[in-house]
Amino acid sequence: MNVPLPSVTSAQKIGIVDCDIHPVQRSAADLYPYMSQRWREHSEMFGPHIRQGLTGMQVYPRMMAAGQRADSYPAGGGPPGSDLDLMRSQHLDAVGVEWGMLVALSKGGMEERNPDFATVLSHAVNDWQRHDWVAKEPRLLAGVVVPQEDADFCVKEIHLRAQDKAFKQIIISPRSAEPLGRRRYWPIFAAAQECGLPIGLHPAAFSGGAPSTSAGWPTYYMQEHYAFCTGMQGNIVSMIFEGVFEQFPNLKIALIESGFTWMPAMCWRMDAAFERMRKEVPHLKRRPSEYIRDHFWFATQPMEEPENPAHLPEIIEWIGWDKLLFSTDYPHWDYDDPRYCIRFRMTDAQRSMLFRDNARALYGLP
Amino acid sequence: MKLPFKGVIDCDLHLPSPPTTALLPYLPTHWRDQLETRFIHKMNFQLTSYPPNSPLTCREDWRAKKGDGESDLDRLRRQALDPFGVDIAVASLLHGAIALFNEDMAAALCSAVNDFVAHEWLDPEPRLRGSILITGQNTDHAVAEIERLAHDKRFVQVILPVMGDMLPGKRQMWPIYRACERHGLALALHAGSTYRFPTTGSGWPSFQVEDYIANSAGFENAIVSLLSEGVFSECPNLRVICLEGGFGWLPTLIWRLNKEWRGIRQEVPWITRQPGDILRERFRFTLQPVEVPDAALIARIIGHIGSDDLLLFSTDYPHAHFEGVEALPDGLPEALIRKITRDNPLAAYPRLSGGASANQPEKAEQRS
Amino acid sequence: MTRQLNRHVIGRADDLPPGSRKLVQVAGREIGVFNVHGAFYALANRCPHGGGSLCEGFVTGLSISAHPGKYELVREGEFLRCPLHGWEFEIATGQSYCDPKNTRLRTFNASVEHGAELVKGPYVAESFEVKIEEDYIVLDL
Ligand code: FES
Repeated sequence: MNVPLPSVTSAQKIGIVDCDIHPVQRSAADLYPYMSQRWREHSEMFGPHIRQGLTGMQVYPRMMAAGQRADSYPAGGGPPGSDLDLMRSQHLDAVGVEWGMLVALSKGGMEERNPDFATVLSHAVNDWQRHDWVAKEPRLLAGVVVPQEDADFCVKEIHLRAQDKAFKQIIISPRSAEPLGRRRYWPIFAAAQECGLPIGLHPAAFSGGAPSTSAGWPTYYMQEHYAFCTGMQGNIVSMIFEGVFEQFPNLKIALIESGFTWMPAMCWRMDAAFERMRKEVPHLKRRPSEYIRDHFWFATQPMEEPENPAHLPEIIEWIGWDKLLFSTDYPHWDYDDPRYCIRFRMTDAQRSMLFRDNARALYGLP
Repeated sequence: MKLPFKGVIDCDLHLPSPPTTALLPYLPTHWRDQLETRFIHKMNFQLTSYPPNSPLTCREDWRAKKGDGESDLDRLRRQALDPFGVDIAVASLLHGAIALFNEDMAAALCSAVNDFVAHEWLDPEPRLRGSILITGQNTDHAVAEIERLAHDKRFVQVILPVMGDMLPGKRQMWPIYRACERHGLALALHAGSTYRFPTTGSGWPSFQVEDYIANSAGFENAIVSLLSEGVFSECPNLRVICLEGGFGWLPTLIWRLNKEWRGIRQEVPWITRQPGDILRERFRFTLQPVEVPDAALIARIIGHIGSDDLLLFSTDYPHAHFEGVEALPDGLPEALIRKITRDNPLAAYPRLSGGASANQPEKAEQRS
Repeated sequence: MTRQLNRHVIGRADDLPPGSRKLVQVAGREIGVFNVHGAFYALANRCPHGGGSLCEGFVTGLSISAHPGKYELVREGEFLRCPLHGWEFEIATGQSYCDPKNTRLRTFNASVEHGAELVKGPYVAESFEVKIEEDYIVLDL
């Protein structure tokens, strides 16, 4: 991997769709225009109430500058991802983003334990995305953030936002209280299918109750970060084996920031186990890998970097070039710069699919 | 396909869990009394990970027929040792004692199981090697058990479930690994959970098949734990054998860890070389269940892993992964078969390194 | 010497005390100049890993460990951590710590010379205020 840095690729010429951009509030007050006085007071007095031992910070402190690109802190203060001008100059303009899909992880209520506050946060974050981001920067598109544990509210919020063309997907937390295939979440899938919005799953920093691994809590961030992959796997297996895609044949899922190279092996693994155990899950009419093929898309960041870069396109062949969505994860530390992060050869057609066309098709972008 | 030659080493084979009454003679009087008066001796200690009648737990044609009079040992010889031409089989008895919360009772039962295995299986059948069953929740008990049995060279590994009381890299576990290393015992992590924690990071799934699939994630996180905690700085010669968890997921694991390490190694500065390199040196993986669908793909995965030293032949008897005696994926090249059925296992277990006729330990010792 | 042709004066040495750095544009390139314990080094401001603005990253030491659980920071001030993915580079050599064989950053020669010698050279940057009695940092490109 001797680093002849690829010269600036034609990514820029294509105009890319970045499927993972994180907008962040400067402080909780950014949301106050979108909530009532009662909840502003609640927010100030009690703040978030989540399932971990620290409030206002992570129990696995990140390594690089609080998990952000160290160069993404706005000069005028505020956290990375809170300054639209910097996002434009450092990211959107710099790398040629044609469309940027917002994944608003911060304060959206997905992990809030107070159920009413969760709905207020969700509604406020969606308003905030709409007015503070999309209205100001037409390249950005929003995702309806909903607290998945309250399916009734989710359904209402999804139907409300679906009428607004600014919203192109639904964001729920894969660190849910139960694996996402469980029936308590089906109303969300029904609403998503009805509104024709894909569901975007992005690893969450905060637990929904279970430890991040099946043998308990890890010690280091290095482990916690790895569990982004394995945590997502549990949800996918759940959605498939519970029969979500038998029930909702038009449901589409985008897996964001949880890796994609494990997917072929996971398909083989699921198919093999299904072969032996199909009597336990007779509601499945097809092999698990077939549901994956029809219902799942994969965002690329963080791009794997095998010792032999040619191994990566082999994996992509197995998944299908039409299933990858390019993503940068701006402004997080493991940002993938589209000009440099592809270290293997692609045809022009593959390049267009990966950087732009797959996402356009999935999200119905012009 | 069938094995093309005899004299293979099966690195994952399971002994049937005996009725608990069969363990009573191996228990100290206090525990014998406890089991009998609490009626625990009538309970079967079957792990939830392997429900007895599940199609995965035992192949239909391998199930014991009621009343045919065949002994467990004869059945094992007829079904698992003779037809595959097994020279050595590394056997384990996955007893449910490890799921108990009473760590003293669990330890007493583990000892009984180990003695039962030594007397009822290893004594009469020289092709078998044993696994020392320990309870991971109490390190003192675990180390004492390893020390108690270490003299018996027929035990070649210490076995823990991959999803146990804590992630295996945790420092509380290290005395166990020091004992393993001291005595040339491999550490075996076997698929399955004691269900201390939900089998996914989002809680409990609905179906058994989901738990079974979740074993690969369990192995991944276990390996990440052992590596990032620095177990191999403490025990550089410790060998870890991953049983029944597959291997198709290894390339992603290696790639991610190597990349991760470059960016955030300050968190774990005791890792001074690529974690993937440590993995390739210290970890081994048994073949069955082979999920990778064909020999061509297996070759690609081995290429992605970057080594063909890592796979060890296994039947995973009596778990159901293949039909007849077709224990190998079709079309596997003979050189690779030789590696995974002989060379890799002999190199993997410090206690099997005596040489090719390790089933006759005396001879092997004479030669060395 | 042809190298002489590409010499650039980038500033006064005493404006860049030990532990400080300066980002300069020279011949269309962004270059970071570092004073590490009194010695001057210059590195391209583009990370060989993924294009990050490396020279804007943290200047730190090297975390090492004699044993799991034991931590020590050595060679403080001699390493640069990329602001993107955190790879560490030795400032003196541009070498990546984790992958010294394969990943190397473009380095340039930075030296301190007497102003008196510089004015004799053919390409003294005129825009620089050259003071005879001061020492200047000169970059070979
Ligand atoms: S771009 Fe510098 S470490 Fe990745």
